[in-house]
Amino acid sequence: MSKVFHVMYDDDDTLKGAASQLVAQGVRVKEVFSPFPIHGIDPIIGVKRTRLAIAAFMYATMGTTLALLGMWYFMIQDWPMNIGGKPSFSLIENLPAFIPVTFEFSVLCAAHGMAITYLLRNGTLPGMPASNPDPRTTDNMFVMEIVSDENSMTNEELESAIKNTELVELSIKDYES
Amino acid sequence: MQQEAAIREPLILGNKSYKDITDDVVGPIEGPAPIGWKIMITIASLVAVYGVGCILYLLGTGIGVWGLNKTVGWSWDITNFVWWVGIGHAGTLISAVLLLFRQKWRMAINRSAEAMTIFAVIMAAIFPGIHMGRIWVSYWVLPLPNQFGSLWVNFNSPLLWDVFAISTYFSVSLVFWYIGLIPDFATIRDRMKTPLAKKIYGLLSFGWSGRAKHWTRFEEVSLVLAGIATPLVFSVHSIVSMDFATSVIPGWHTTIFPPYFVSGAVFSGFAMVQTLLLIMRKGMKLENYIHVKHVEYMNIVIIVTGSIVGVAYLTELFISWYSGVEYESYAFINRFSGPYSWSYWMMMTCNVISPQLFWFKKIRRSLLATFVLSIVVNIGMWFERYVIIVTSIHRDYDPSSWGEFHPTHIDIGVFIGTLGIFFTLFLSFARFFPVLALNELKTILKSSGENFKKLHTKA
Repeated sequence: MSKVFHVMYDDDDTLKGAASQLVAQGVRVKEVFSPFPIHGIDPIIGVKRTRLAIAAFMYATMGTTLALLGMWYFMIQDWPMNIGGKPSFSLIENLPAFIPVTFEFSVLCAAHGMAITYLLRNGTLPGMPASNPDPRTTDNMFVMEIVSDENSMTNEELESAIKNTELVELSIKDYES
Repeated sequence: MQQEAAIREPLILGNKSYKDITDDVVGPIEGPAPIGWKIMITIASLVAVYGVGCILYLLGTGIGVWGLNKTVGWSWDITNFVWWVGIGHAGTLISAVLLLFRQKWRMAINRSAEAMTIFAVIMAAIFPGIHMGRIWVSYWVLPLPNQFGSLWVNFNSPLLWDVFAISTYFSVSLVFWYIGLIPDFATIRDRMKTPLAKKIYGLLSFGWSGRAKHWTRFEEVSLVLAGIATPLVFSVHSIVSMDFATSVIPGWHTTIFPPYFVSGAVFSGFAMVQTLLLIMRKGMKLENYIHVKHVEYMNIVIIVTGSIVGVAYLTELFISWYSGVEYESYAFINRFSGPYSWSYWMMMTCNVISPQLFWFKKIRRSLLATFVLSIVVNIGMWFERYVIIVTSIHRDYDPSSWGEFHPTHIDIGVFIGTLGIFFTLFLSFARFFPVLALNELKTILKSSGENFKKLHTKA
């Protein structure tokens, strides 16, 4: 039977040290739950860099394009208006006046697009249930999750390797994916 | 682990642990409402109700109930609008610009400053809305397909840029604020005992569990949002200033307006943050997190932006003479010696002289002096907008139509009313929301907490 180990630490640096120690022994750490970002944990447990910033750039580009296209249609193509003699017969001539709205709309699309992508990728949405193994992990405790299925060691070997670290509590449960 | 110089003052005082930070911030939410809070919110909401009454009367009767006349067509209403938008600039500046500069002291103040921003922008948005007179057609500012002969909104007009700028600023600030709130709501959710509170905070926390990958994404989103919100802060008040600067009214038609308005906005925004936080830290016993050093840092921002504002006042005065345009120079002579000179000198005293007092370390680090001066600055900044708007238009090119503006009780009621609504919202925030970014604060505890700093110095 596959087991899940929840190893609790009371300090972020202790957890980081323990994670390095275990990873060096060939243990795969599945997940870390912490009340705040632990800087430097990602390379240790193999969390890849997020591509959200690239997504934000694409949303911004989309905003720029939409804004310019919209203003070209409203002000140049569909119903050109002569306002105070300002040039209104081609996009390029009228462009200086369109810059503020283009900028604002790009920011609007980038920010909201990125925020929605972030929430969807995280699966953090209104009404979602919390999945942290212990309520103290949003307060002052740090939990490492290790699943025996993903490791070549036996459950006993894993347990003794884990117990070699400066943990506070250890809970072992049957794993249901 | 990152360490800080020992001579740098700690940002978190006392012998605090991670648990203490949670307890100190979430504690006031769990306990019963203090009597002082009940009294304050009662007063604020009564004032708010009066303001809503004034607004409803105005909407039912028309904007003739204001003191406007054919010469002074913009006055209190637009003054209040610019004042509130200006106040709304500190929050995003603190959370975005200071994040980019890695200023750790922002973490104690960003959450409430952002809340203040959002509430202030809501107050600001009320004014152009009711100034339309027929607020029910306010959707006409959007470029919607319509039945009026393909009539589109005018994208050449700064007034329309404002629609985009303010709505983008509001919604982006809201998103930025909420993304930061999600992990803190999760902390509250996991502490609450009653099922109802657990349910509500559970909903608000979106099921946040603090996984490593989620934190990586969280930091990336915060950084990118800060990066795009920074130019946004500067663009919004620049665009507000263009409402004036692109007109042909002497006193408004100046290129100095965008930087001058932006620094004025930051100036008044920080002053408002000081006013609110000095009360909040006392009422919620957060003196260990928001202490004299934080107040001093904010006062330094106030000196810098206040001095930029001072230089801008003198520059526009000089240029009005140097330009050789007689209308322009009359507009400024009229400002400081005409019927509204009292408001001009009020503005000069409050905005140019009073912030200079912060050069003295004793004043800069005195909480009482800061509190008094922060209110003085906000009064000054209100008068700045009043001076710019009313003195420039009350005497235009044609002397036969010169006039003066006298506020009616509806003008005053609407303004006081927005103060009431603002404080009602802010007090509700202080009661039910985590007022400090508590999980972000934990990240600086080891580098900037007093007890940890002592340990490092000993070692």
